[in-house]
Amino acid sequence: MALTLFRGLQSNCCRLYPSVFDARKHVRYFRVRSSQGQTATQEKQQTQLKASPKYEEALKNYEAVIGIETHVQLSTLTKAFCSCPYNYGDQPNTSVCPVCMGLPGALPVLNSKVIESAVKVGLALNCKLSLSSKFDRKQYFYPDLPKGYQISQFDIPIAAGGYLDVDLPVEFGGGHRKFGVTRVHMEEDAGKLLHTGNGSFSQVDLNRAGVPLLEIVSEPDMRTGTEAAEYAAELQRLVRYLGVSNGNMQEGSLRCDVNISVRPHGQLELGTKVEIKNLNSFSSVSRAIDYEILRQAQLHSQGQADEIVQETRLWEEGAQKTVTMRKKEGLADYRYFPEPDLPGVNLSEEYISAIRDSLPELPETKRRRYENMGLTMQDVLFLTNDINVAAFFDATIATGADIKLAANWIMGDIAAYMKNEKLSINDIKLTPRELGELIASIKGGTISGKIGKEILFELVAKGGTVKGLIQEKDLVQIADPSEIEKIVDKVLENNPKQLEQYRGGKTKLQGFFAGQIMKETKGKANPALLNKILLEKLNSKP
Amino acid sequence: MLSSAQTPRLLRSPAAATITAASLTFKCLHTSPILTPASTSPSPSQILTNRKALLSRQTSAVDLAKSFLQRLRRHEPELSSFLYVSPEDIVLKQAEELDNKIKNNEEVGPLAGVFVGVKDNICTYDMPSTAGSRILENYRPPFDATAVRKLRERGAIVIGKTNLDEFGMGSTTEGSAYQVTANPWDLSRVPGGSSGGSAAAVSARQCMVALGSDTGGSVRQPASFCGVVGLKPTYGRVSRYGLVAYASSLDVIGCFGSSVADAGILLNTISGFDNFDATSSKQEVPDYASQFVPLDYLESKPLKGLRVGVIHETLENGVDSEVVSSVRGAVSHLEELGCTVSEVSLPSFSLGLPAYYILASSESSSNLSRYDGVRYGNQVFGEELKSLYGDSRAEGLGSEVKMRILMGTYALSAGYYDAYYKRAQQVRTIIRNSFKDALVKNDILISPAAPSVAYKIGEKKNDPLAMYAGDIMTVNVNLAGLPALVLPCGFDGGSAGMPIGIQMIGAAFDEEKLLKIGHIFEQTLEGYSFIPPLIADEQTC
Repeated sequence: MALTLFRGLQSNCCRLYPSVFDARKHVRYFRVRSSQGQTATQEKQQTQLKASPKYEEALKNYEAVIGIETHVQLSTLTKAFCSCPYNYGDQPNTSVCPVCMGLPGALPVLNSKVIESAVKVGLALNCKLSLSSKFDRKQYFYPDLPKGYQISQFDIPIAAGGYLDVDLPVEFGGGHRKFGVTRVHMEEDAGKLLHTGNGSFSQVDLNRAGVPLLEIVSEPDMRTGTEAAEYAAELQRLVRYLGVSNGNMQEGSLRCDVNISVRPHGQLELGTKVEIKNLNSFSSVSRAIDYEILRQAQLHSQGQADEIVQETRLWEEGAQKTVTMRKKEGLADYRYFPEPDLPGVNLSEEYISAIRDSLPELPETKRRRYENMGLTMQDVLFLTNDINVAAFFDATIATGADIKLAANWIMGDIAAYMKNEKLSINDIKLTPRELGELIASIKGGTISGKIGKEILFELVAKGGTVKGLIQEKDLVQIADPSEIEKIVDKVLENNPKQLEQYRGGKTKLQGFFAGQIMKETKGKANPALLNKILLEKLNSKP
Repeated sequence: MLSSAQTPRLLRSPAAATITAASLTFKCLHTSPILTPASTSPSPSQILTNRKALLSRQTSAVDLAKSFLQRLRRHEPELSSFLYVSPEDIVLKQAEELDNKIKNNEEVGPLAGVFVGVKDNICTYDMPSTAGSRILENYRPPFDATAVRKLRERGAIVIGKTNLDEFGMGSTTEGSAYQVTANPWDLSRVPGGSSGGSAAAVSARQCMVALGSDTGGSVRQPASFCGVVGLKPTYGRVSRYGLVAYASSLDVIGCFGSSVADAGILLNTISGFDNFDATSSKQEVPDYASQFVPLDYLESKPLKGLRVGVIHETLENGVDSEVVSSVRGAVSHLEELGCTVSEVSLPSFSLGLPAYYILASSESSSNLSRYDGVRYGNQVFGEELKSLYGDSRAEGLGSEVKMRILMGTYALSAGYYDAYYKRAQQVRTIIRNSFKDALVKNDILISPAAPSVAYKIGEKKNDPLAMYAGDIMTVNVNLAGLPALVLPCGFDGGSAGMPIGIQMIGAAFDEEKLLKIGHIFEQTLEGYSFIPPLIADEQTC
């Protein structure tokens, strides 16, 4: 770790609070555009460990027991215990105050939105809520921890004993799983260390210090990397549905630490537990676990199980492997005790039921509803992955649009457009009402499917209404037989040579005539009607 | 509460009455009109006397400031009560602004022209706030503590920062990393602690009033040692925002004055709920000053019907006989004033000391973790993180502080938590309940403020257990979170000796009653002057 290179901390930065922070221009900082990020099912599997015979062999003889500890950064307007805002990527130490800097005499005051978020997540995870919980101090020394302790919850978490329903992706075999949630508790985030290039000193950025987190601990219910990654993806979906966090893994708004042990099938006793950190995407969760399963299974089968030690390992994205970060020397003693600066957290039944009533439809409920509508699991998983996409879909079918057609449009052309333009569904100009109108117009025969597609791209990019575009571009389908007949006659008249050839037996020329007619009508002729009339005319004796 | 419609009878000559009401109003018993008697008593309110003089243009704020600064400087070499004194030009400029306001008949705050000393563990944005520790040497906070902000908003002028035991840990002020403060009554003795600087400064009239902090008796014991009034409010009455934390669940900012009235007026100013302290109370703040009944209007038994419980365990073995007899004398005086006195037994009283030292040390071990040399304060350069931490703390913290951090760390360690911290919390609950019961049966409880008078400098320096034992009278009150008022009630070895203080303990948020009783007690206590000989021949206020 970088820490071994520590040669002293540059502390002057904060000494002359607050003006001096502005002077720290030399510190590199990053501003990353907030993106929706990927979900597990969408991520490309870079390595196909699963397909490798070694992995298959390992799973045949060994079973992995996996639990996940997730930290979710809450997107409250201000930090957990002071009124500083937090924006990822801000200049270092520009969003700090005496409270989150841990200055002498400063005291924490709880942001009530933190409780609200915790209760929402607790309810969504089917947990039992503690009507009276409290905050505790978790004590350890580290330069990113300004008070020398983290305000957390120890023996009485705000929520405990819940579960999370997950539908595995179809391409990984599908299936429904229920993973237990041990506890959910509130705590504060620490700052960040910035190490200089030459390693001569380190600096502390306290912007993130005091940002509220929920720690969500799962039961050791997962058995494969895919299951673990899907559990994490479902958590991300859940917090986004609830609007309590952006759940962005790249920005560290959602962080997963994995605990994994491997044992021979049938053995009751658990194997030695290893913790894996530095998992910045769902696919790294999945791949790190699969790597670790293989590593431990091989040690088992080579009779070297004693080489599996309780330790924290780091996932190295570049090398695609886990390496030892630190070996545990007994349990750390955090000397927890109740936080005397904060009163206890008491929840009333009324407060809880008010929040329960305000919860949106959650992913699991939505999936079951879509499934009952007759959509395939693949469609269901796609549509429910993003709450905004699901809302768009729901709004579209609320206009009376055909369910399957609506799903196809959204998952097909609309999704492709969004992907190309790197837009979210809320950024496109198309409204659900117009998509409904478009589907109805095609179904009702006002326009052809081909024209529908053309209009769609116009609608998503520039907006407008289906009716307006049809009118403006004169795109109404020609479905009047007498009008089509006139055009057919005109085309036949203009191409006497081809007509003669057709009647001479070269029936393939029917396509040529159809093309000419479409050209004449700018593609608006009803194809079925056109073919019917054309055939009649071609085959009738002059 | 007092309720009598009898014609007030004077206990002393009218010439000894004190309270003026320049802007504050005083209710006399229940229905009397606003009064403006002008006279002096054994403990006149400096705040009100000076306010009257200022508003009637008998004196100017600049003159007052000069006289306080002059006296401060004259005695500072022998007392060392201040760690920092505000530069003269700054103090005089503030005084001048006040004079201009008065000249222009502008409204001035209720504490206009009041020169306040502030204990150095209370943050002031314009002065260093070291908490008496080397690790915070030259540290200047970017904000005022809420109590200080309120004082300034009401016109008070902060004259300097007073000495203390490092982080408030000690009972003698010898634990300051910077200097040893002397007791104005006897320069070879300690002023008590940890707010020894504030107590000595008020006693020697280096400032009018002072803020202190009380975690286990740090306002009351030095008040007793220095012969001044010390008030420890109910936990939560005064915001702790800006008070450098020692033990968060026990800490409270308290008031020093040379009279009960001054301590009460000071409390009025700093009390109330604060958005920056989640443990501050939303309970309404009464106008404490309105409870002060001028001597002229007292009836013969002004405290008639008041039930006073004398805590039996505090007048037993281990308490100096002179202290016992002084307190007993004071109790007789209360009886003369009409109180019904009985003896109360609190069997859990002696458990307070060990429980206090476990809880306070535990919390302090956590609260002092932030002094790591990383963000502020003295940093010792380290080749690696561990040595940066270790050396910064080793050099920056004193031995008493280190001892308490070690004790607290031990008490909170896995495997010991239940035996120490948890058990101490259970004792705390027992103590709180026993006080609650006793205060249902009694309006106030009485004990000495300390088992002895001030001891010699160095006497207990190497005997921490003896020093800790001296806190027996006060720690229970912090554990119970109750308000207590200490006021001088006598001397040992006659009037030439060291002052002795009586402690009156009230129910939670009943400071009003304590101040009212204290004020009557103080005015009617005859034959004592609590101005130290050091300044007795000087013109004071």
